[in-house]
Parts: sequence; structure tokens; C-alpha cells
Amino acid sequence: MEVKAPTPQIPPAVWTEFKDLQEWEKFRQERQQGDKHSALFESVTEGLFNFPGGFAVTAVADAFLNWARKSSVWPVTFGLACCAIEMMATFASRFDVERLGMVPWASPRHSDLMIVSGTVTIKMAPMLKRIYDQMPDPKWAVSMGSCANSGGPFRHGYHVVKGVDRVIPVDVYVPGCPPPPESLLNGLLLLQDQIAHFRTTGQRPVPNPKTD
Amino acid sequence: MTPDQARTAIEERFAAGATVDGSRVTASVAADRWLELGRFAKDALGCQYFNFSTAVDWKDQGLEVVARVENLDAGFSVTMRTRLAAGEARCPSLVAVWRGAGWMERECFDMFGIRFEGHPDLRRILLPQDWEGHPLLKSYAVDTPHPPYR
Repeated sequence: MEVKAPTPQIPPAVWTEFKDLQEWEKFRQERQQGDKHSALFESVTEGLFNFPGGFAVTAVADAFLNWARKSSVWPVTFGLACCAIEMMATFASRFDVERLGMVPWASPRHSDLMIVSGTVTIKMAPMLKRIYDQMPDPKWAVSMGSCANSGGPFRHGYHVVKGVDRVIPVDVYVPGCPPPPESLLNGLLLLQDQIAHFRTTGQRPVPNPKTD
Repeated sequence: MTPDQARTAIEERFAAGATVDGSRVTASVAADRWLELGRFAKDALGCQYFNFSTAVDWKDQGLEVVARVENLDAGFSVTMRTRLAAGEARCPSLVAVWRGAGWMERECFDMFGIRFEGHPDLRRILLPQDWEGHPLLKSYAVDTPHPPYR
């Protein structure tokens, strides 16, 4: 019996059409340092700070703005692996991060925080970086679990990024495999403490360069 | 058909050693009779269900392609094995017999670099299309750098 080979019609791979991914990366690399700050605003605040007694005003304004920032950290709902289950438990009613002002939000354009919950593969890393780039400044990142911290048990796998801090800058590392919701909550509280001391530097955050 | 009848049929047709372990029949053939064994397993032995296809890297002794097909009505499986010559990475494709073999053979190509001849669309399936090397080969070094991410 002669069986004819099927000829399936398969469209080309999707990522070859992602031209805007390359364009976005090019735009990001060409962007000037500190181009998000208005020069006028900068000179006014500098003058106020240098004015005798003016530091009191800027310090109070900074404290107020940082209080506002840390009281409404919106994490983008971005689950990568099994850690995402613990992250969902943290978001849900039993642990309830909403009492800390955190609303899990389904769009990176409205979010301040990315919780990298799980193993980052080399195939996923450009997409992760793209979502991080889509978030407005100032933004923070929490690396959740062993895999996101260092690669974890898959560190010597052929396809795993050895720590998400090689892709995006990370503020808080939460250890555990996976970390229970209490650990993640502790990490989020540490992040809030960090945000309370946040100061605008105008410097673009860069990933941690590591080679081994 | 029972597993023992299947073994006898394979031995008569292919003059190759086949073994039975419970409901599992294992048959090894040369690579040029791989497609013929597939057709025989489907048409004569009634193995309609293609379970999986994979490969084993025996280093200097070459690669081995393994596929398991099952006759779900009679309740036995046939594990087909073929040894490729050392340094050789070409094997006939089973897509003409079981369409479900397509993605399995793409994965096998992805991980071991085996070119399945007659496959209609042999591309990488799991790794990115621009990946270099085939990671499950024993010669693929652990911690092969992949800039800029590792």
C-alpha cells in the first residue's frame, strides 16, 4: 500500500516578523542618558535645593513622593514557572498584597514592579526584557526563587539564563525553591523600604554583567 | 494478534532479532529498512498509534533512533530501533506512515541533529531558530556560552 507523504501548510515562525523588537532595542541603545528629565524642571529643583533652607522643601517633597511610590507599587502579572503559583497565592485573599497597595495589573504600561517568578530560558529572555522595557520609569524588579536568582537546579542546563540579573537590573532577590508567600511578602516589604529611600539619579539602570 | 505473533512476523519478514517482554516487542533493523519496518508495523501488525520517537547518542558508535508504536486494540507495543553508522546523522522519516511523527522528528532533529529524509518541514521546534548546535549530543559541552544571556 502506497502512502503519500502529507504536505502540511505551516506558516513561518512568528518571531521572524517581530521587526519592532529589533527597532525597540535600537531605539533603546540610541537613547540619550537621562532624556526623561525636563531641563527646566531640573534647573528649578536644583535652584530650590541650593537656596538657603531649600533642602527642607526638597527633602519633604522627596519623602512625600517616595511614600506615594512605595504605597502603590503595581506588579505586572508575569508568571514564568512554578514560582508563579506562590506569587498568585501572595496576590490572593489569604496573604493579600493589596493591603500593601499592590494591585496585580495585567499591563506592563501601568506597572511599577516586575516579579520574575521562575526559570528564565534563553528563548524567553528577549521577551522578558521587552516587557521590562515597556514599563514606565521608575520601575523595580524582584527576582523570585532560585531559578531567577542564579539558574537554580537548571543552572547547568543548555538553555537557562544563569540569573535574571544578566537580562534586567534586579532590586530584591527572594531565595527559595519556590519561596513561600511569606518569603515573597518579606521581599516586597524590603522593596518598599528601598523605594522609601529612592533618589532620582538620571542614570539608566543596567543589568549586572557576569561571566563564568 | 499477540506480542509473540508480532515477534514471529517481524523475524520472518526482516530476519532480525526481536524480543518480547510482557506486552512490549522490541525490534532492531538497519537504517535502510527503517521505513519498511514502520509500514509493516502499521499495516500488518496494526500499530496505529505512534507513541514517541527519540534518539540515543552512543558516542563513537554512532546514534540510535528509537520509536515506539502501539496497537491499542490488541494491547501491545512495538519499539523500533535502528543504529546509524558512526558519524552519520541521516535517517528515513516516518511521517509518510504516521503523520504524528512529524513533531517528534523535529524535536529529534532539534536535540540530536538527525536529518530525517522525507520529512516535509524539518525545522527546530523547541529551541530558537538561530540556535547553534544540538544540545543532547554528548559532544555538546555543558555551559556552552550563549551571549549575551549566559
